Amino acid sequence: MAEEQKGLSRRDFLKTTGIATGALVGGGIIGGLVGYNVKKEDKALQGTEQGGTPTDATSVRGLMFFRNPHDFQVLSQAVERIFPEDDLGPGAIKLGVGYFIDNQLAGNYGSNAREYMQGPFFAGEVTQGYQSRLTRAEIFSQGIAKMDEEANKRFKKSFVDLEGGQMDEIITAFQKNEVEMKGVSSEFFFRLLRQATLEGAYADPIYNGNNNMDGWRMKGFPGHQMAYINVIEEEKFQKIEPKSISSMQH
Amino acid sequence: MAKTLDKVDVVLVGVGWTGGIIAAECAKAGLKVVGLERGNTRNTADYVMVHDEYRYAIRYELMQDLSRETITFRNTRKMRALPMRQMGSFLLGEGLGGSGTHWNGMTYRFLPYDFQIKSMTDKKYGKNKLSAEYLLQDWGITYDELEPYFTKFDKTIGLSGEDKNPFWGKRSEDFPTPPMKRTPILKKFEDATTSLGYHPYMLPSANLSQPYENPDGESIGACQYCGFCERFGCEYGAKSSPEVTVVPTAMKTGNFEVTVHANVVEVMKSGNKVTGVRYIDTQSGAEYIQPAEMVILTSYVLNNAKLLMVSKIGEQYNPDTGRGTLGKNYGYQIEPGTTGFFEEPMNVFMGAGALGMTIDDFNGDSFDHSDVDFIHGASITLSQTGVRPIQTNPVPPDVPVWGAEFKKQSILNYPRTLSVYGQGASMPHRENFLSLDPDYRDAYGVPLLQMTYNFTEQDRNLHQFITDRTAEIMKEMGAKTVVPGNPISDYDIVPYQSTHNTGGTIMGSDPGTSVVNNYLQHWDAENLFVVGAGNFPHNGGYNPTATVGALAYRAAEGIIKYSKNGGSLV
Repeated sequence: MAEEQKGLSRRDFLKTTGIATGALVGGGIIGGLVGYNVKKEDKALQGTEQGGTPTDATSVRGLMFFRNPHDFQVLSQAVERIFPEDDLGPGAIKLGVGYFIDNQLAGNYGSNAREYMQGPFFAGEVTQGYQSRLTRAEIFSQGIAKMDEEANKRFKKSFVDLEGGQMDEIITAFQKNEVEMKGVSSEFFFRLLRQATLEGAYADPIYNGNNNMDGWRMKGFPGHQMAYINVIEEEKFQKIEPKSISSMQH
Repeated sequence: MAKTLDKVDVVLVGVGWTGGIIAAECAKAGLKVVGLERGNTRNTADYVMVHDEYRYAIRYELMQDLSRETITFRNTRKMRALPMRQMGSFLLGEGLGGSGTHWNGMTYRFLPYDFQIKSMTDKKYGKNKLSAEYLLQDWGITYDELEPYFTKFDKTIGLSGEDKNPFWGKRSEDFPTPPMKRTPILKKFEDATTSLGYHPYMLPSANLSQPYENPDGESIGACQYCGFCERFGCEYGAKSSPEVTVVPTAMKTGNFEVTVHANVVEVMKSGNKVTGVRYIDTQSGAEYIQPAEMVILTSYVLNNAKLLMVSKIGEQYNPDTGRGTLGKNYGYQIEPGTTGFFEEPMNVFMGAGALGMTIDDFNGDSFDHSDVDFIHGASITLSQTGVRPIQTNPVPPDVPVWGAEFKKQSILNYPRTLSVYGQGASMPHRENFLSLDPDYRDAYGVPLLQMTYNFTEQDRNLHQFITDRTAEIMKEMGAKTVVPGNPISDYDIVPYQSTHNTGGTIMGSDPGTSVVNNYLQHWDAENLFVVGAGNFPHNGGYNPTATVGALAYRAAEGIIKYSKNGGSLV
């Protein structure tokens, strides 16, 4: 928005900054690209087309974990397949799920900071739970690279250039544990990815997902409300405009 | 070199419900009490921004930091025990208030049958109802003997409820506050169970139906039904917890001090008495010895057992010989239940931790077990705790778990799904026990506790029986799709089930089969008390906190008595 006001189009901005267009998936770096007329064939911008992120300077989103924008785009496309846009409302990309996951990977979640990570490590039985030496950040890095690798193997294309059905085939291969990963099963990575997608769709927007609380709106969950004591005895379903916990911070 | 502090009358290891109750009672009686708490202090003001599912319910903001300490787990002795690296099956507390901060507030008294389970079962069904592998035993105390302490706990927390359950023990006084609201969702369960001939009652709730001042002068607020209770603290001070009740009561006396960031690593013993505890200041790394006339272990079930083991107090249970009592009778619970999908949306996001209705028609020995292959049973409940969107994505069984159809169905069914569940009792088995792990250590170099646990035949049979009952109720409630839970096989430490771990430091009337007597005084060290659900020789069909609270009041009475006269209390 700021650039447009200055008479500089987004495409000009992209050109002048010299950043490959794919670098701006989600639009967080330069603000959202809502309404930006992306050509159909411009696959690299597919993610940004659905930007949907707030554009005021106080809520800029950015990458804290992924260094290579392409990896981030693979993640974004994958989570969109898990939680796609439909007539109910936005999918994972518009909800900012990619940013949510990226930002979480840069913190305690990504480094398993509050979990027991001392060796020795043994595979163990399923009933004994997670036994890998890998952190979530390491699993995501490996898993995202593997998804792209799998796309190249099967379709001679990058994951982001695949048709939806082809992406689903690859995600399903991970889910069925058919892809070889080091130190962790592809099925585990799939479950982690699926869970993180739901977290990003429905966590409070302070974590940079659930953009505009649209995840909550679709689901009919009002987020942070002080009290339901006056309405809990109502038979009728109560539609309540959601509120973020950020409303308690000032 | 550890620095030795001034001696106090009582040192507590952990300041949650049990530590708080004992601190309040002992401090009121004039004893000097120090509480060592390895987490931080906290109070109602810290929960203003608690309506955050991701931070509190998913990332476990208020729970134990497992990077410092966890347990190891195996299903059987044949398996290699491995660390519980992430929280899952149960959620361990940490910090002032302990799990009492983030509990739901469901407050049932164990049944009279529970306390005399061995003698009552033998009498009615003969000695061979369960095989000899099950180490069933009486608790060394009866419901009637414990009743005054239950009443005391009820009054401290201002318990909300109604005395209309024909199956529970006699209450000497009515509930301090009336029951919570009967919501439309609860009424579905009430109507269905009534028409099936059962006896529904409002779940006794420590989220209070109205403001209340307890006998110690502490104020508890009225629940606002905000739907953020379990895994959260209460920003209204409306969920009774140690930090709004017993901890301030203890503080007011001037006789109680809490030292936070103090991680106890050893109970020190000399002859047949303990002399104090050794702890590490987790911020400075410095080591201290806190000498005391009496040492009270008031941490969670698992840590109480571990501290006795690392301090070599009592004899470790050996499943080969059956000798030893420490670590014996570790118990858990089973969670049979049924999910129902309804046509119309309901206000499922509103609720309170202990808002619910329950039947006990299939709990304890409420029904005849002559023709079934298990003993005891389960409370069966529908609770409206407030369901939140990350954790609640219900889809019927034929729907995929991701993609377009998943999104559509999970959003559609989020407000259209209810579940009816049982909390199934857990009978002690000779192969289910706690011990010390030989390989893995905590951040302070102390061995981790090792858990050897699996579900048994009794669990599987009871699970199936209760699952069937919950499905019948759900059908009667009018669900269009009724999905009973799957049968259980091996215990899995990954999915959340219940933070109702029990046993390991069990109570009883015989030093040969228990760790503590019925004042929770250690048989091998008369000035050492071990308090908590670890005292349960088996686990009942309810949440444990009321019974833990009653036992803590009983222990406090014993500790005060001991401080005057010494010697064994029994």
